[in-house]
Amino acid sequence: MFHKISILGLTVSLGLPLMGSAARAAETPDVQTIVNQANRAAYYQGDDGKAAVKMIITDKQGNTREREFNILRKDVQDGGDQNYFVYFQRPADVRRMVYLVRKHAGVDKDDDRWLYMPALDLIKRIAAGDKRTSFVGSDFLYEDVSGRSLELDTHELVETTDQYYVVKNTPKKPELVEFAYYNVHIDRKTFMPMKMEYFDKSSGKLFRTIESQKVEEIEGFPTVTRSVVTDLRTGGKTEMQFNDVDYNIGIGDIFEERYLRRPPREAMR
Amino acid sequence: MIATRRITAAVALLTAAFVLVAAAGQDEQPQEQTNPIREFLDRHEIEYHGFYEARVGARLLDDPYQSKDLTIGEGRYQFDLFSMRDWGDVKVKGDVYGDFVTEEAEFDLREANVFMRPTDSMDLKFGRQVLTWGTGDLIFINDVFPKDWVSFFIGRDTEYLKAPSDAVKVSLFSDTVNLDVVYTPEFDSDRYITGERLSFWHPRLMRRAGEDDELDISRRREFFEEDETAIRLYRNISSYELALYGYWGYWKSPAGFNPALTRAIFPELYVYGASIRGTLGKGIANAEAGYYDSVDDRSGDDPLVNNSEMRYLVGYTQEIARDFTAGVQYYVEQMLDYGDYEGSLFPGSKSRDEFRHLTSLRLTKLLMNQNLMLSLFTYYSPTDEDAYLRPMVNYKASDRLMYEVGANLFFGDERHTFFNQFHYDTNVYAGVRYSF
Repeated sequence: MFHKISILGLTVSLGLPLMGSAARAAETPDVQTIVNQANRAAYYQGDDGKAAVKMIITDKQGNTREREFNILRKDVQDGGDQNYFVYFQRPADVRRMVYLVRKHAGVDKDDDRWLYMPALDLIKRIAAGDKRTSFVGSDFLYEDVSGRSLELDTHELVETTDQYYVVKNTPKKPELVEFAYYNVHIDRKTFMPMKMEYFDKSSGKLFRTIESQKVEEIEGFPTVTRSVVTDLRTGGKTEMQFNDVDYNIGIGDIFEERYLRRPPREAMR
Repeated sequence: MIATRRITAAVALLTAAFVLVAAAGQDEQPQEQTNPIREFLDRHEIEYHGFYEARVGARLLDDPYQSKDLTIGEGRYQFDLFSMRDWGDVKVKGDVYGDFVTEEAEFDLREANVFMRPTDSMDLKFGRQVLTWGTGDLIFINDVFPKDWVSFFIGRDTEYLKAPSDAVKVSLFSDTVNLDVVYTPEFDSDRYITGERLSFWHPRLMRRAGEDDELDISRRREFFEEDETAIRLYRNISSYELALYGYWGYWKSPAGFNPALTRAIFPELYVYGASIRGTLGKGIANAEAGYYDSVDDRSGDDPLVNNSEMRYLVGYTQEIARDFTAGVQYYVEQMLDYGDYEGSLFPGSKSRDEFRHLTSLRLTKLLMNQNLMLSLFTYYSPTDEDAYLRPMVNYKASDRLMYEVGANLFFGDERHTFFNQFHYDTNVYAGVRYSF
């Protein structure tokens, strides 16, 4: 079975299972177990989940832009394909747009993506693109949101502290990405990725971080409710806040055209 | 004099609207207490959004058939009211604008509809609504819902290409197949080029014409008699979207001439078609076809009514670099019974080709954190030897403020071809929009 790891999964994704017994074990698990655990913990919690997300994008000059959207997630198979339904509320020019993703876990199959534009009543199919492209103009990348396959990197446990496993991830195809490698600090108890650090190809310096700044336990699941990405090269940063998080709410079959044209009410509130 | 008063009224109205909008727009402040309108709307759980926009555009060429160089000049206020009730949703969206080309204050009710989901397998939407289906990108075969070609050619936002329908839409859903039925009790035509504001090839005068030779139209206004029905049957297989379409109504733009009335008419039209869309390689491919059954000239020998046609389209879109997308389409329009058409032509008439081939290319590049968009849409017809270019730059200065400049450029060899008939309408425009 093939897994992906993602920031949205890690943070928004409404799914942070406690594979508690493994975490509490005294001995250090091997690195593959750690990344699998973190991935599964981050991404496939419960059968479904939702959150109201607010993004604050700040540029080098301190100008801010905001995005607000509701996100609903449902797993097709635990550890496999997933569906995402994103309903935009702000800014005004994208209000009521819907972004639908059918994520395919297989590395050989691209995700299916649709965008609904209400003013034209138009359902646009979106071509699979470079996943290291900004998500809705923020410092989060599409790949941070829709997932980076564990199979794209080699993983190495470089340090075990009191609190974290520190895993170094090196891309197998460096020509496809803008980083040389990235380190992830994974909480030893919850397997929550708490910090990701990206290092530059030529200088080897740190140029991008993603931090889980606030973690709350919601319905028994530790949940990141504030996450910040900082781009040291552009001077920009984006903060994501997650409110009204809810798990296992019994989301129906909403990931189709009918609900693009008129979203279910739980997505619009 | 009257015109001046109209302009004054329009300006006054728009100024008032802008003040309202600006006041309503500052929602960083706790303005609910100070704005009675918003307070009222909030109390009744009505969402209120919209924008204020100014847009100006002018002809690049001297048009002998128009007195104004201005192709667009308007101040526009759009309100968008939406309310979710237990029994359904109510939406009302309208535009008030002062038009400095026609010198009138206008109200365009874009949407006024009720949506209900009475059962798990049925959706209902009735009232004024914008309707779209089909797979083409700015090329339409089975989407026979009204288009506003005037807005499209003068550089209004793409939203205005779709004109609303006064219709009932019933959608039925099942595990195997879904069905949409749209019934429009009174025919809704396109907002086509009449000669007002934009010059065109006048089919009867057999020359270009403008504001002095506006097309006389015989409209269809018999409620429940001159109606339209459109259906779509669709389902997804894996990630491929398949659909069948049917339409029973009228040509949406004038496609015939009644010599007794000396007016252009909307002859009867039935359309049957199919489409498919899905992933192919790294991109999205689509194919669509339609049979246009021109009921009033099935034999093809009536020179005053359009012949039947076959229409075919294939398209492909792919992201070719980061934040850079390209889309290509190939479209063919085939006139049926061409021999009968040729034989019936009046001497000296410009004959259409049996096959009209049309290609399109869309390039879209996003820059500056996706706040700056450079876009080019090009139509080129190798058979008509004409082209229509739509370059556009759009910059989002903030979450509320957007600037746009663009152009509508028409080229060609002959005066009567599909795009080059609008040669003198070639224009550039600029706009600014404040959304709230």
